[in-house]
Amino acid sequence: MKKILRNEIIIRDFHRHKYKYILISPVLIYLALFCYKPIYGIIIAFQKYRPSLGIAKSKWVGLDNFIRFFDDPYFGQILRNTFSISLLMLLFSMPAAILLALLLNEVKCSIFKRFVQTITYMPHFIATVVICGLITTYCQSNGLFNDIVIWFGGERSNLLANPDHFYTIYVASGIWQNVGWSSIIYLAALSGIDQEQYEAAKVDGAGRIRQIWYITLPGIMPIISMQLILNLGKVLSVGYEKILLLYQPLTYEVADVISTYVYRKGMIDADYSFSTAVNLFNSIINIIFLLTANRLSKKMGQSGLF
Amino acid sequence: MKRKKISVENLVMDTSIAVILLILVLITLYPVWYVVVASFTDSTELARNPGLLLWPEEFDAGAYRMVFKNPLLMGAFKNTFIILVTALPINIVLTLLCGYFMACPGMYWKKIITAIIMFTMFFNGGLIPGYLNIRDLGLYNSLWALILPGALSVYNAIICKTAIEAVPDSLRESAYIDGANDIQIIFKIILPLIKPTMAVLLLYYGVAHWNSWFNASLYIKDSLKLPVQNIMRSILLANDTLGGQGGDDYNAYAETIKYAAIVITTTPIMCIYPFLQKYFAKGVMIGAVKG
Repeated sequence: MKKILRNEIIIRDFHRHKYKYILISPVLIYLALFCYKPIYGIIIAFQKYRPSLGIAKSKWVGLDNFIRFFDDPYFGQILRNTFSISLLMLLFSMPAAILLALLLNEVKCSIFKRFVQTITYMPHFIATVVICGLITTYCQSNGLFNDIVIWFGGERSNLLANPDHFYTIYVASGIWQNVGWSSIIYLAALSGIDQEQYEAAKVDGAGRIRQIWYITLPGIMPIISMQLILNLGKVLSVGYEKILLLYQPLTYEVADVISTYVYRKGMIDADYSFSTAVNLFNSIINIIFLLTANRLSKKMGQSGLF
Repeated sequence: MKRKKISVENLVMDTSIAVILLILVLITLYPVWYVVVASFTDSTELARNPGLLLWPEEFDAGAYRMVFKNPLLMGAFKNTFIILVTALPINIVLTLLCGYFMACPGMYWKKIITAIIMFTMFFNGGLIPGYLNIRDLGLYNSLWALILPGALSVYNAIICKTAIEAVPDSLRESAYIDGANDIQIIFKIILPLIKPTMAVLLLYYGVAHWNSWFNASLYIKDSLKLPVQNIMRSILLANDTLGGQGGDDYNAYAETIKYAAIVITTTPIMCIYPFLQKYFAKGVMIGAVKG
């Protein structure tokens, strides 16, 4: 009886929403072909995959590839590099974006404010290839950055070839490129603060700095903590594009991260199974971090992701 | 007395904020200005003294002529253009369909389908399975390999969904009663109302295609099929002077041609984004909440 009722609901639902189901089918076909089919392809992480044999006939090796990765002396190093890069990014880029938003919020002349916004958003739209090309040129021993080094009494050298400078270059250029863009969210939050509070503070004789400290900052605290948690959830997913374009064998010891290691093992050494295993390990850790971050965010009374 | 103190404080604050922001603007602009100046500088002059540039010493626009004469770069522009005109309509239609479905209430399978869609935001096959998939599908060394894998960004679809949800239900319902089907509702009622959001999404997709190089470096073997950023990569980072395709005349501009190429490839986006600036905040807000 219940089953018949359920079938009837499904049939009626299909008749009523026929077009919606037809319209979503291209999306589902796309997802099946380009998202779920590769997810099925992860099986090769548990195989000794040979392209000539395919997934069906390649030999099953269980967790061998993972064990190989954990035993690899490189494992600790790339894990440490990945953590270092993303934590440094987080440590410097978030405060920079918040500071920029606070400064912009204090500007009363709207034309000047919009001008600064337009300019600071600009680098976000410049291609990674171009940014990295410029970084490389400026870092050359006769380049722009070396002229600055000379001013401060240093000596000329190729800055990109020196492992000591890699993080500074990576983080500073990251901030240069995205500080404006990341400030948008804080600016949006700032515009939501109740203006009456400022009026009240003025009546009580609070100066501008005090207003920022006691009204503005607490007002955007929810967004700040949410962003912090979300970014902590992404701590092991450092992208490969910029690093691939900037690193060189001389700087591998500090610059090689999980994603670039996956790329080199997979595309250069053609060790498909091993590379996929490393990638899967990374994805699983990322999901665990994200779920934990989401939990925390909800516990603190913020709206979570899901 | 108190009032005076506050106004002095205001003046100091406003001035120092303006100064800090102006310095920031200069730091942001200088590397860009450097590129423009370098592209117009005489090549030997630039090779001798590539450090601090403020103004082209000897004005020379020859590098731009060289870029436009270079067959490899011009071919790359054509490839990128083909990718844009093919991919953008696909992107926009899929995003609209996906956003519309997620915004509509009451379907029996909605929860499951939405979960299937959202899951792909958090988990994917990764580099190698994706690469093998492209080979399996026979897309290797074809421009389709750069168009189809990124045909839909679920993140953008969620932005679209939120915009559709802001359209009053009554509009959709009355159109239903008048006998309109979902296709008509999407294109005749919803699309005109969410134009600003779609313009921003068009920009996001367009910038992503325009600036992408990684997929082409994986999937395209034939150098005549490479898009613009991959050629830029070989000019800027591998110091490839494009195989001396322009002869001696070309080599004279080897240094400045880099900068002319940057100016040409970056200008189109620089001309578009300021017009959509006021709509950015909405999308970023939604993105932050939904991941």
